[in-house]
Amino acid sequence: MALGDYPGAVTPAREYHLDVGGLQLAVHEWGSAEDAPLFLVHGGFDFARTYDVFAPLLAAEGWRVVSWDQRGHGDSEHAPLYAWDGDLRDAMAVMDSVTTRPAPVIGHSKGGALMINLADAQPYRFTHVVNLDGIPYKRRLPDVSDHERTRMMGSDITDWLDHRHTTATASRKPGAFEDLARRRGRMNPRLSHEWLCHLVSVGAREDVDGWRWKIDPSMRFGGFGPWRPEWTINRLPGLAMPFLGVLGREQEEMGWGTLAHHVLPYLPIGGRCEVLGDVGHFVHIERPDHVATMVLEFLAGTA
Amino acid sequence: MNTVFLTHNKIRLALHELRNGSGRPLLLLHGLGEPSTARVPSWATPWTGPIHALDFTGHGASTVPPGGGYGAELLLADADIALGALGEATVAGRGLGAYIALMLAGARPQRVRGAILLDGPGLAGGAVGPTSQSFVNLARSMTSPDQYALLELSHDLRPPDYATQFVRLAVQGSGLDEPIAVTGIVRPPWLAAVVDEVGVVTATIDEALATFAAV
Repeated sequence: MALGDYPGAVTPAREYHLDVGGLQLAVHEWGSAEDAPLFLVHGGFDFARTYDVFAPLLAAEGWRVVSWDQRGHGDSEHAPLYAWDGDLRDAMAVMDSVTTRPAPVIGHSKGGALMINLADAQPYRFTHVVNLDGIPYKRRLPDVSDHERTRMMGSDITDWLDHRHTTATASRKPGAFEDLARRRGRMNPRLSHEWLCHLVSVGAREDVDGWRWKIDPSMRFGGFGPWRPEWTINRLPGLAMPFLGVLGREQEEMGWGTLAHHVLPYLPIGGRCEVLGDVGHFVHIERPDHVATMVLEFLAGTA
Repeated sequence: MNTVFLTHNKIRLALHELRNGSGRPLLLLHGLGEPSTARVPSWATPWTGPIHALDFTGHGASTVPPGGGYGAELLLADADIALGALGEATVAGRGLGAYIALMLAGARPQRVRGAILLDGPGLAGGAVGPTSQSFVNLARSMTSPDQYALLELSHDLRPPDYATQFVRLAVQGSGLDEPIAVTGIVRPPWLAAVVDEVGVVTATIDEALATFAAV
């Protein structure tokens, strides 16, 4: 058994790089190139190969499943600049390279939020939108005074700016293969160590001093800016294509903290929102068969 | 004009010394789509200390990166890299640079000894909340200014209550009663809100330069 092998995980049938405005994006495809395309969009600090179990389940039912590593993630190039709009344009370029026709799009976490935004701006690209625990709602702010909140924002800004002074020479912390899996496990406590080892095998590289995650070291959690999570959910009611949202009931650090009663008032006409009990933010990793079946039935039932 | 190049992640930032001298520097931040001036602009000549001008990412002699991805926060980090090289400074920004000067005054209140906000290109920015949006991929161009910079920084979101947070940070952290001076005529929503904040004064450029030279 090779390092990082995981039951059901399938290496993509085709992997290549796409030049998008001078940036090299890594594209991964499962299934026959002759089948109808379906796009999978990963979340922040993830990469396309986190779909190694979920994507083959869809491909087995006759879909050409196409995913890509967002700039700075996975095997895509580390970019000088990162921004929401840049991620959206990269998505457009990948989609344009695969098809000029509308297709189903499934997004997890940040990938789901991005696709709500793109489906609102460019609905002609979408036959269906499936959102896997990726509907931002309100930021969970502590109950403190305005003065204290301003001070906390100042601290966030200072931390971020200090970080920007170090990014030119920064590198990810090296470690033993299993150490990286354990570190990731602190952010993904519900995922098995075997799965996290698989993630290391495809999302990290081995250097002379140890294994490192491939993600651009200039990227970090947190930050600040004018964007408000609720601005995404406000785009949801206007979507005209069939919509399926899947939420995990168990709250996790990497999730948005969005609950069903937050989403239901914003569902588009005919839209559905399913909540999976005893499942966390990574619904498609914890319950790949169940979620794949749910998605395939949704696609078949609303064709 | 002497130019030094500073490193901000994968970007080489051009910081021009327009006038050398002793005392606290004046850092000039240009507007959207324009490079820094090669000479001290006439309005800045009353400043008695050294004067430096930064080319933001994608502008002037600084790197034009592939693929865009601009935001005001990135330019704030550009300006902070320049501030790190200069130490304590008074900052004067035109248009987009005025917005960045405000952010820098709030982000580094102990190092920014006054921020002067002038009219200029890119002053308004984009909407104050979510809008209908369009996204287009542009052909790659290495020329400056970066077309993605023009596209993205002309519609970056500037909610007034976000802008005013930087005023409050500047007031809380600078020890100055009025760390922000607005000299411009035009008042987009973010700037109208800023002007109403405690700690912001409206003044002529000469008055603002004289006030901050004395602190």
